[in-house]
Amino acid sequence: MSWINKILPSKIKTDTEVKSRNIPEGLWKKCPRCDAVLYSSNLAENKDICPKCDHHLRISARRRIDIFLDPEDRVELGKDIEPHDILKFKDLKKYKDRLVAAKKATGENDALVVMQGKLKGQPLVVVAFEFGFIGGSMGSVVGEKFVIAVNKCLEENLPLVCFATSGGARMQEALVSLMQMPKTSAALERMKQNGLLYISVLVDPVYGGVSASLAMLGDINVAEPNALIGFAGQDVIRQTVRENLPEGFQRSEFLLAHGAIDMIVHRKDMRDKLYSLITKFMHSYSVQAS
Amino acid sequence: MNPDYLDFEQPIADLEVKINELRLVGADNNMNISEEIDNLQEKSHKLTTKIFSSLSPWQISMLARHPLRPQTEDYIRYMCTEFEELHGDRMFADDQSILGGVAYLDDIPVMIIGHQKGRSTEEKVRRNFGMPKPEGYRKARRLMLLAERYKMPVLTFIDTLGAYPGVDSEARGINEAIAENMAIMSRLKVPIIATVTGEGNSGGAIAIGVCDYLNMLEYSTYYVISPEGCATILWKSADYKADAAEAMGVTSSRLEELGIVDRTVPEPLGGAHRDMQLTATRLKETLLEQIRQLKNMDVDALLERRYKRLMRHGSSS
Repeated sequence: MSWINKILPSKIKTDTEVKSRNIPEGLWKKCPRCDAVLYSSNLAENKDICPKCDHHLRISARRRIDIFLDPEDRVELGKDIEPHDILKFKDLKKYKDRLVAAKKATGENDALVVMQGKLKGQPLVVVAFEFGFIGGSMGSVVGEKFVIAVNKCLEENLPLVCFATSGGARMQEALVSLMQMPKTSAALERMKQNGLLYISVLVDPVYGGVSASLAMLGDINVAEPNALIGFAGQDVIRQTVRENLPEGFQRSEFLLAHGAIDMIVHRKDMRDKLYSLITKFMHSYSVQAS
Repeated sequence: MNPDYLDFEQPIADLEVKINELRLVGADNNMNISEEIDNLQEKSHKLTTKIFSSLSPWQISMLARHPLRPQTEDYIRYMCTEFEELHGDRMFADDQSILGGVAYLDDIPVMIIGHQKGRSTEEKVRRNFGMPKPEGYRKARRLMLLAERYKMPVLTFIDTLGAYPGVDSEARGINEAIAENMAIMSRLKVPIIATVTGEGNSGGAIAIGVCDYLNMLEYSTYYVISPEGCATILWKSADYKADAAEAMGVTSSRLEELGIVDRTVPEPLGGAHRDMQLTATRLKETLLEQIRQLKNMDVDALLERRYKRLMRHGSSS
């Protein structure tokens, strides 16, 4: 609260908090790209894609999995794993308190949700990052749950789909979080050697240690349209090179043009496209199984 | 201020100045002042011991970046014989921020891959200040796969501010270059021993850092983000870099406690740069011992051991 608010009599205060309470919560949303005011129910029907400008809004890990998997036969894996404050890390806030706040805000224990299920009847394992949980950052729980997902695939010969959205490694777990990069990469290498398909779907935004490990290691790399994907943040690059960044830099379309990803897939087409890929690559397994 | 000494070392620098002045005076006048010089030298030694017995994580971070600190090229010179440098990623360029090649360590042929920051301005520019672009990591990858085919142990030396954050780096897929290196190293069929010699910053370090043994020199640092970067994001100001270094636990002693680092190689009094030969000799002994332990392992056992080491990190079970 600024000093002027403090000295104003309460009658003439225009407290934004009070104001916002008069509006029914969650009835409408504003598109962050075109500013169009959208009814939440319409938006939800449209898989959280702006009907005006086609912008793919950020969505939670659970919602992501919900619109991707068949409704039946879902089993969540590694649900009860909780984060630990290994270093007793404290900056302006305690890491412990950040974890509590993130849990309250998202309802998740940490930044990754793992679900075994089916896509049009095809069994598979899906993992999705929760960006609302400390920026989807990867610490020990994310690494551990990712490996649980891989191990399930290895046990049951299943393909793995990952929806990555993350700011990178979790600073509050320091080097332990860095070690999740080789940990997840090594696990994925085992999938590769066992001929099990891994599709990495990059959704806005993916940066740092997550982009430089599991998110870039797909047999097939897919991105949603216009997602920001990179290793270094744009501010850091701008400070280093001291020049303007090219138009569309680090967007999905930039990555496609530079050969980093196989395709850009619209959220509405995600189920169809991935099903089409998985059935081809996993053909030998489905023949064996039947 | 003497640039060869860090700010917390300035009292030592002042004493060294006095000692040198006395030496000059003595030489000019044929005066016998050796006793005085001895006294001052002892004082300098004591002061150095005292300062170095209680270094803060931030002071260690500064030592890890000391301008005179030995680099990969120095370790090769002091430890190995018949080094042959190998260049290029066969795709785009030869990134000189990563130095690679084959040499003998005693009588064992080894593949050496390490960051090289450079020392003169010309060399620093040529080596991009030790910040590799994708082609650097792809050169490293090529050399590792070459070492695998010829059953050579791979020794890596980590000393980088990080992978280069530039438009070209991103366009050529720096994230893929780092990720693929880690994946390949996790199953490379020869022993890999990594040593952090200076500063190991984040993805740029781990991209040549997956290993069977991880060593750190006593005054080297290893982190997921630089103390300055961490302070800027979490404390909202780079001024809190010392707090960030403390909180992250960037030193070998802390990382050994966390079970990430296997061995700390002690440095000479005052740091590795005060006696490069001694530092290199100590590191060489460690490396030879570790190579001997790994060399006779069955390949499957070696890879299983490496995989388990990786899975252990941050595991709740």
